[in-house]
Amino acid sequence: MTTISRRLFLQTGAGATGALVVGFGWSDTAAANARPMLLGNYVSIGIDGTVIVRAPNPEIGQGVKTSLPMLIAEELDVDWDRVRVEMAPNDPTRFGQQDAGGSMSIHRNYTALRRVGAAARWMLVDAAARQLNASHGEFSTAHGRVHHSSGQSFDYGELAVAASLLRPPDPKSLVLKDPAKFSIIGTSRRGVDSARIVRGEPIFGIDMTIPDMAYAVYVKAPVFGARLLRCELAAARAERGIIDVFTLKGQGDRHGLQDGIAIIASSWWYAQTARAKLEPLWDTAIGVGHDSTLYRDKAHSLLAKPGAMLEEKGDVEAALAQAAQRLTADYEVPFLAHAPLEPQNCTARVKGDSVEIWAPTQTPEEGRQLVARTLGVAPDGVVVHMRRAGGGFGRRLENDYMAEAASIARHAGVPIKLVWSREDDFAHDFYRAASYHRLRAGLDKRGRVSAFAAHGVTFAHGSEVAQAAGIEGNGFESRVVPASRLEQSLIPTIVPTGYLRAPVSNGLAFVRECFWDELALAANMDPVAFRLAALSNVGGSGGSFDAARMRAVLEAVALRSNWARTRLAKGQGMGVACYFSHSGYFAEVARVRVDADGHWQVLNVWVAGDIGSQIVNPLAARAQVEGAVMDGIGSMHAEITVVNGTAIQTNFDGFPLLRMPEAPVVDVEFVMSTAAPTGLGEPALPPVLPAVANAIHAACGARVRQLPLTAARIQAARRG
Amino acid sequence: MILLVINGAPRSLDLPEDFPLLWALRDILGLMGTKFGCGIAQCGACTVHVDGVAVRACITEVGSVAGSRITTIEAMADTPIGTALQSAWLELDVVQCGYCQAGQIMSAGALLAENPAPDDVAIDAAMAGNICRCATYQRIRAAIKLASRQPQADRRHQ
Repeated sequence: MTTISRRLFLQTGAGATGALVVGFGWSDTAAANARPMLLGNYVSIGIDGTVIVRAPNPEIGQGVKTSLPMLIAEELDVDWDRVRVEMAPNDPTRFGQQDAGGSMSIHRNYTALRRVGAAARWMLVDAAARQLNASHGEFSTAHGRVHHSSGQSFDYGELAVAASLLRPPDPKSLVLKDPAKFSIIGTSRRGVDSARIVRGEPIFGIDMTIPDMAYAVYVKAPVFGARLLRCELAAARAERGIIDVFTLKGQGDRHGLQDGIAIIASSWWYAQTARAKLEPLWDTAIGVGHDSTLYRDKAHSLLAKPGAMLEEKGDVEAALAQAAQRLTADYEVPFLAHAPLEPQNCTARVKGDSVEIWAPTQTPEEGRQLVARTLGVAPDGVVVHMRRAGGGFGRRLENDYMAEAASIARHAGVPIKLVWSREDDFAHDFYRAASYHRLRAGLDKRGRVSAFAAHGVTFAHGSEVAQAAGIEGNGFESRVVPASRLEQSLIPTIVPTGYLRAPVSNGLAFVRECFWDELALAANMDPVAFRLAALSNVGGSGGSFDAARMRAVLEAVALRSNWARTRLAKGQGMGVACYFSHSGYFAEVARVRVDADGHWQVLNVWVAGDIGSQIVNPLAARAQVEGAVMDGIGSMHAEITVVNGTAIQTNFDGFPLLRMPEAPVVDVEFVMSTAAPTGLGEPALPPVLPAVANAIHAACGARVRQLPLTAARIQAARRG
Repeated sequence: MILLVINGAPRSLDLPEDFPLLWALRDILGLMGTKFGCGIAQCGACTVHVDGVAVRACITEVGSVAGSRITTIEAMADTPIGTALQSAWLELDVVQCGYCQAGQIMSAGALLAENPAPDDVAIDAAMAGNICRCATYQRIRAAIKLASRQPQADRRHQ
């Protein structure tokens, strides 16, 4: 056994079935460098035939705990019902990049994880070939069995031990399945954790409990980045259930530990209640002048001047001068919060230099490094366990709550579970940055866009563009318009900014695609036909934006929504938009109703999307699109307003999210292309905002260029 | 001491009268299925039944429900309505992140106990207090109808 376990990843012991569980793998360096091929890490097969597949990436509701193991199981040729999925440990040396962001999980893993399954299958076949002294070509596999041409067959469980002793194949030698033969990829499979969730089992980060654990809250400044001057702690310490109250010093890292007061108690509620007994004095001077209203004024003065040139093609000013028609419009989107429904939380145990963390996180490895830096311990001593996350939306790309929990646990000398209140969450987000835009375009005599100039004002931290706040082109105008330009100007801010689902695109799609609607109407053209005509100006693929793929989804959604052929009731309108983000092409049509008082409701949304040649799990894929569409609509009602360096919305009463009565009927069609499969958590979101805003214009004539899209703004636009 | 009857079992707790039921369930009794989302009855993640009525545990003081019959998601499988909802939720793959779903099922359970075949308007009214941040509303609506043996189509905007 010693020689085996040295070279191989062999797990023995009682699994759930009491069977011997054998993992495939190896430990020689060359093979270890071939990251996705570390079979022992991903696949274990018991002698009873139990198949365990490990899911490498954080599950935040995007379905990768199901879809990534499906890729392995497909090539392994095992029935999905036989697969038990387990969460992998956080270990990038074995599992590569283990994060949830950028809709990258399928993009990055589609082929790599199929190779893992294929290699495990190869080793099982090899074990059978050796046993029968036959060649690989004489074998086939199906339903977790290896079949020989003689009729003899073996269950995978019978071959598991022998296979685990073999050398894995060269990944390049593996032949992956013809997609026409898929029996798992492309079939609808339910979420692997769903049964536990509907029974209320404790699988989320916030449900973590460890022995001798106390509960913690951490009180931070009401103004972003403000330092704690002093705080009397005695009154809070005297409250019922309180174990300890102490202050911690921030480390000057916006993404890490901030100044604050930790309250440790025997129940979270006691800690939360004791906050009222604190009267901390903060140095809030840093917040002066950081105000949504002042930012807007500043932005408008910047828009009147040239910005920094990001992209330039042709002579835009000359093209504008020659245009038959010129349009100018100013657009604006606000700061937004992420507000995942599970508040930020983290359970931490610190013993000397050894730290154990349980948390919902989208970036466990970054969290591990942050905790090590914060505590001044070696990263090797820090273990981060990925717990199921009650939503992410980009908020848990940050691990500030992990740095807090580890620091609090060390100071308190007991394991703690830190839970943020919802008010903490709204006050200490990494917000989607507001941005302010001036768009100018020219149409030629035939109604074609001949010039396009966009200038966006966003925010800076120091001299750098604030995180996730940069103005970007998405390939559309720069490809389809002969002369185009993109400029950016910056306003210094103290507001922490970050990635919100479909970052950058979630705001820019509204700005650009509403303006394209204005252009279509100015050209007296149907908005779908107008976009199709623009897209036909560029040939095939090239660069990152493929006009043909966008045309295909536009045509599909027009057909599916019965565009321009639907008889609409009074007060109703339909609008269209398309957007390319996160490698996905999406076109969406919304049907809305606008009431006389300006209140609006989305009735239907039709979606056509192209994310490549394969949808891994159609049932879950449609769910991602349904959710992204409604998330985008919900965001049109909300904003974070900054006043003197403080976000003034504190909970869901001030920051409304979409609710059941407002939920539209969403229809989803995937348009298949030949491109490699890409991700789906984000790209369906951006186009719904302009589709809805354009539908509102179609319904009542109100062109609202500022979010949130309130009834008051509709009424003002109607009057204007 | 406060006596609570939770999922049929009497539990005696040494807590102040104004202690929220949510934190008694989670921190004192270890029943983690009931979730914390907002603390001000805005999101519905903490929905439980008190004598069969859906209430938000985050703003329910334990003193106010002493002796009442409290049911949490952990006991929903013990009722025909609970099992019908749970199977419908799985059948239609409602769950995305899943954090709100216990609260959704509790609200849906109270609805079906009162109205065995709710239409879309009744579903809107009963479920409006439950936020799903992943916005699984389309499938929640369909699952409630599936659990109550009705056609699943959304008829609000036809």
